[in-house]
Amino acid sequence: MAKSNIVARTGNEAMAEAMRQINPDVVAAYPITPATEIVQIFAGYVADGIVDTEFVPVESEHSAMSACIGSSAAGGRTMTGTSSQGLALMAEMLYIAAGLRLPIVLADVNRALSSPINIHCDHSDTMMVKDAGWVQIFSENAQEAYDNMIQAVRIAESSKLPVVVTTDGFIISHGMERIEILDDKAVKDFVGEYKPENYLLNFDRPITAGALDLTDYYFEHKRQQIEAIKDSKKVILDVAGDFAAKFGRSYGLFEKYRMEDAEVALVAMGSTAGTAKVTVDALREKGVKAGLIKPRVFRPFPKEELADALKGVKAIAVMDRSDSMNAQEGPLCLEIKAALYDKGISKTVLNYVYGLGGREIRLDEIEAVFNDLAAAIKGSKKPAVTYLGVRE
Amino acid sequence: MANLKELSKQTKPLFTGGHRACAGCGAAIVARQVIMTAGPNTVVANATGCLEVVSTIFPYTAWNVPFVHSAFENAAASISGAESLYKAWVRKGKYNKKANFIAFGGDGGTYDIGLQSLSGAMERGHNILYVCYNNEAYMNTGVQRSGATPKGADTSTAPVGKVRKGKEQYRKDLTEIMVAHKIPYVAQSVVGNWRDLTSKVEKALAIEGPKFINVFQPCRLGWSYEPEMTCEMGRMAADTCAWPLYEVVNGQYKITYKPKEKKPIAEWLKLQGRFRHLFRPENKPLLDDIQAVTDKNWEDLLRKESCAAPVAQTKLA
Repeated sequence: MAKSNIVARTGNEAMAEAMRQINPDVVAAYPITPATEIVQIFAGYVADGIVDTEFVPVESEHSAMSACIGSSAAGGRTMTGTSSQGLALMAEMLYIAAGLRLPIVLADVNRALSSPINIHCDHSDTMMVKDAGWVQIFSENAQEAYDNMIQAVRIAESSKLPVVVTTDGFIISHGMERIEILDDKAVKDFVGEYKPENYLLNFDRPITAGALDLTDYYFEHKRQQIEAIKDSKKVILDVAGDFAAKFGRSYGLFEKYRMEDAEVALVAMGSTAGTAKVTVDALREKGVKAGLIKPRVFRPFPKEELADALKGVKAIAVMDRSDSMNAQEGPLCLEIKAALYDKGISKTVLNYVYGLGGREIRLDEIEAVFNDLAAAIKGSKKPAVTYLGVRE
Repeated sequence: MANLKELSKQTKPLFTGGHRACAGCGAAIVARQVIMTAGPNTVVANATGCLEVVSTIFPYTAWNVPFVHSAFENAAASISGAESLYKAWVRKGKYNKKANFIAFGGDGGTYDIGLQSLSGAMERGHNILYVCYNNEAYMNTGVQRSGATPKGADTSTAPVGKVRKGKEQYRKDLTEIMVAHKIPYVAQSVVGNWRDLTSKVEKALAIEGPKFINVFQPCRLGWSYEPEMTCEMGRMAADTCAWPLYEVVNGQYKITYKPKEKKPIAEWLKLQGRFRHLFRPENKPLLDDIQAVTDKNWEDLLRKESCAAPVAQTKLA
């Protein structure tokens, strides 16, 4: 086991710390609450010569991702960070980064999208770009954010796909936690040296990146990209396996918490999963067979695995911290239902849209969700979607 | 300075023929002359537009230098990313070759949708050359007006109709906007004067820091003239002072071509379909106004040339 240190860090500090240890070639970024600190702290590392990264303080998030694309296409290990409107402004370039198969790593601090403008946490920003072709990894706390950032580098470079690692705005980004930081050298060895196959700075073998595909090639190239995101599931697990072997902390596509004999299960991503674990423990004390599934990887969506994990329960509550504005359900619930349907699993699935714009989610609210599930099992009719904690 | 004979010795063209540009396309001439001057150790970033579309239809490419295209509004940001990586690698001791970083954008990608990213990259002081191939409208999407379109020109989004006479505004002066960034090198050049363009590219690339060249590029389709006239159209733009050729080196203006006899702008306008309506008798006042503004701009430029460079011109990079 490599040596490590226990420190107090906010989520933003933890992500910046990971970036320091990764020491990428280029970081191009633009500040936005609540992600500002990540690049601000990193700019401090650059100013002090602690990293030898070229930091590009661009004039917008669109240019941040554009510069990242230029750097990554040129052959460099490249990172950035943003949130909310910043991610939205990047959206065009996120698709292009993925289509060009560039292994850029992005730290996103989840924040609500305007309008109304709001600086607090929900998952609307990350969900808005869920189909952009990026691997999406959610973190429950600062420790996971740190570990995920380090793993993201290898996931990206092995799968030739960009990776976004998210935390929850303010809840994780600004919350101070006890985390375990790895030894600098251990991180350096774990991420290794990036050796791009084809890159702009190789004048011996000039490439044209970003060519125009007409009707005769576009589909084939997109098909390859689709295959890459499917294949990335194995890459994510392999990297997690290596991480666990070296550093002792295990990660999968999702976490199963007290699911072994669970009858009622909650599915929740990000910091809410931490809150839900407390509720699950309390309910277990009372004899309620409650469990939790915490998806870590939303893209690629671990469809079969999640369906298998949920097949033994009697009722499921899916917690969505964003809404799809489809007059239907939240994005996570839709995907869970599709996963169950394809496995022929018919269960009661209730959707709870909660926490928009940073609205707190309380233990008693999560307990009430479990109570709903218990009632639903006994035949009580519950609404398909409940908007939890909102005045209406 | 490289001469034509020397340049013609390049056996492997860095921007090849066989691309899909229109007959008489000026953009392809710009790309070819700029790249043959820059040489093989050049990374190119290209904004979405005619040049990118005609030169990189998969699985073909006209570029024998490393090339990246990602979007319309971000060529300056893209090239700044590549140049930043170069700096990082040189600092880390991972790279020791010389390299040029050149971005190409049309007037749409440069004057309008890409202005923010251009301004940002210039302000940050990257060691890059941005070349605008300025054909005065959005030609790739079918001749829509841009911020570079001159007053009175007929375009598909500012068309000549029963009551309107084409574009109603004068173009913005992007070259001056670049000068205002206090970058070490800004120039205007033109298709049809290869020596002017290649010497400016050569000069720019020898300077450390951000450089900008606004190359006036006749477009036979959008301007509506015969394809064999492209170079002549460019030269006439310089002769009429519709597009003066000059450079601003560390704040000092130098006019690089002064026509012996400044020709009336009507001589140039009348060769182009986009200005046909200006020659109707009722549009005489508009034509006169265009001439007056052209004269004024030329006089302003002569005056700027006569001034010494500002003492405190900041040298970037």
